[in-house]
Amino acid sequence: MADQSMSEPNRRDFLFLATGAAGAVAVGGVAWPLISQMSPDASTIAAGAPVEVDLAPIAEGRAITLKWRGKPIFVRHRTAAEIEASKKDDASGLPDPQADAARVRAFEGKAQEQWVVVYGNCTHLGCVPIGFSGDYNGWYCPCHGSHYDNAGRIRKGPAPRNLDIPEFTFLSASKIRIG
Amino acid sequence: MAEHHSSYVPKTGFERWLDARLPIVRLMHDSAVSYPVPRNLNYFWTFGGILMFMLVSQIVTGIVLVMHYTPHVDHAFQSVEHIMRDVNYGWLMRYMHSNGASMFFIAVYIHIFRGMYYGSYKAPREVLWILGVVIFLLMMATAFLGYVLPWGQMSFWGATVITNLFSAIPVVGETIVVWLWGGYSVDNPTLNRFFSLHYLLPFMIFGVVILHVWALHHVGQNNPSGVEVKNYKKDTVPFTPYATVKDLFAMVCFMIFFAWFVFYHPNFLGHADNYIPADPLKTPAHIVPEWYFLPFYGILRAIPDKLGGVVAMFASIAILAFLPWLDTSKVRSGKYRPWFKFAFWTFVLVSVLLGYTGSQPTDKVVLAIGGRTVMDMVFFAQILTAIYFAYFLIMLPLLGLIEKPKALPASIADSVLGPAGSGHIAGAHAAPPKH
Repeated sequence: MADQSMSEPNRRDFLFLATGAAGAVAVGGVAWPLISQMSPDASTIAAGAPVEVDLAPIAEGRAITLKWRGKPIFVRHRTAAEIEASKKDDASGLPDPQADAARVRAFEGKAQEQWVVVYGNCTHLGCVPIGFSGDYNGWYCPCHGSHYDNAGRIRKGPAPRNLDIPEFTFLSASKIRIG
Repeated sequence: MAEHHSSYVPKTGFERWLDARLPIVRLMHDSAVSYPVPRNLNYFWTFGGILMFMLVSQIVTGIVLVMHYTPHVDHAFQSVEHIMRDVNYGWLMRYMHSNGASMFFIAVYIHIFRGMYYGSYKAPREVLWILGVVIFLLMMATAFLGYVLPWGQMSFWGATVITNLFSAIPVVGETIVVWLWGGYSVDNPTLNRFFSLHYLLPFMIFGVVILHVWALHHVGQNNPSGVEVKNYKKDTVPFTPYATVKDLFAMVCFMIFFAWFVFYHPNFLGHADNYIPADPLKTPAHIVPEWYFLPFYGILRAIPDKLGGVVAMFASIAILAFLPWLDTSKVRSGKYRPWFKFAFWTFVLVSVLLGYTGSQPTDKVVLAIGGRTVMDMVFFAQILTAIYFAYFLIMLPLLGLIEKPKALPASIADSVLGPAGSGHIAGAHAAPPKH
């Protein structure tokens, strides 16, 4: 036995390795389509194209829920008092520290801080939080008790992150495009 | 156990012809007729057979339901109502299937607790036990996938919460979740793949059950005394008629229990919200899983950290697989372990209470003194979770070292008849098994 293992690699060893390597590539090549087919398909991706939202009908102190890519998105028109309250909490030891200013977007260099646009899925396990409720009058998730403030920042409960902000831009002072 | 000879004797010419080519009748005879079972088995040992019956029942009713169900988000809910109202006996098939899942879990929990009490996981039955844990995991996956198919509110939000568990995985979590969904949220592609997998997994369970039974018949059954078979003549009886009749009787009793739910309380174990069609924009006020997942859900919610909660929940199931090595006691049966008994029943109670916490709102007050909340549901669940894990990680390893067990009977026959009686046993005895 010792003689064999010490001997120089021969043609048989080469063929053995080459066959094994080719087999591994083949298995990987067959496995990949089987795995990849589960990813979002072309029609699902196409249905998730950007949408435009008119903000004009949303009165101050109100919010709407719209559906995009199968998920709820909250668009909330904050009052001056709400913005004030949220800014005051910037330095109050947030679980996921983020200033109120970082939760809003600007139009032509001016922060549109009255508009909060967030995904309506709790960052814990994806339930839809209820608006204008909870200890911070933002959102409250009924599933496992996460409290968010009016900027969608997590304040209390098991959720690890602030509510996610979808990619969006202001097309005018009263119109946004999501996606 | 050593090699033994088969007691099968082919009677007809055809049986001899077949036996020489495919000894399948011999296999059946050796594993279900002449197979020796310990003579002291109690009714807790009938649940293996009951589980086999439930698996077949679920597969048969499931195949029938698929003939009428439509796996599409626009039609799934309607097609289930169609089964309930239009299809001949559709209501019966669906109620048998949905209640059958609950019966399956009732039987499997009794089966698991029986194994834990009598130390059935100990050498040489570790692989047998681990195969059982694998079956349990597959059962949970199958039940979860099946619950999504009617596409009611609980289906949708259950699917959302459970798939989101994977988003707790660092770095790749979100990517995995999108891949599982086949989209940006739980939607039609998700329903379709869940349907496909719900059809597949029961057959995988069937495969692992065959391995489970193979392993069982190789090492032999445990028994209430935990003492191994020493003398086949004295300690065992043949599977048929003794175990066959006892299993059948238990199965009939279990079927009466099953039928009571199917015919009198078919929705008692379900949730009313699942009769509301799925709405991705509105989460039910109080979302709970089916009863059989509640203890694990209680553990998930007990941990205030997302990743920590998910890890604790999966660990609470995975830890079962390590039982053979966590229990250090040389004595198998809990019958002879006074301290273990106390620990075991505490564990059973804690498991039930964890289920209760999982069914309640997190902020519900458990204990208040003078109007001040001393304990809410989350804190209560945290205490219970600690005891749950302490059973495996502290009590079992420690008890084996410090506990003084009671004297074991010299043999299985002794445990039934006492040392005096076991010398002369009348009646049938089993032929030794063949492997």
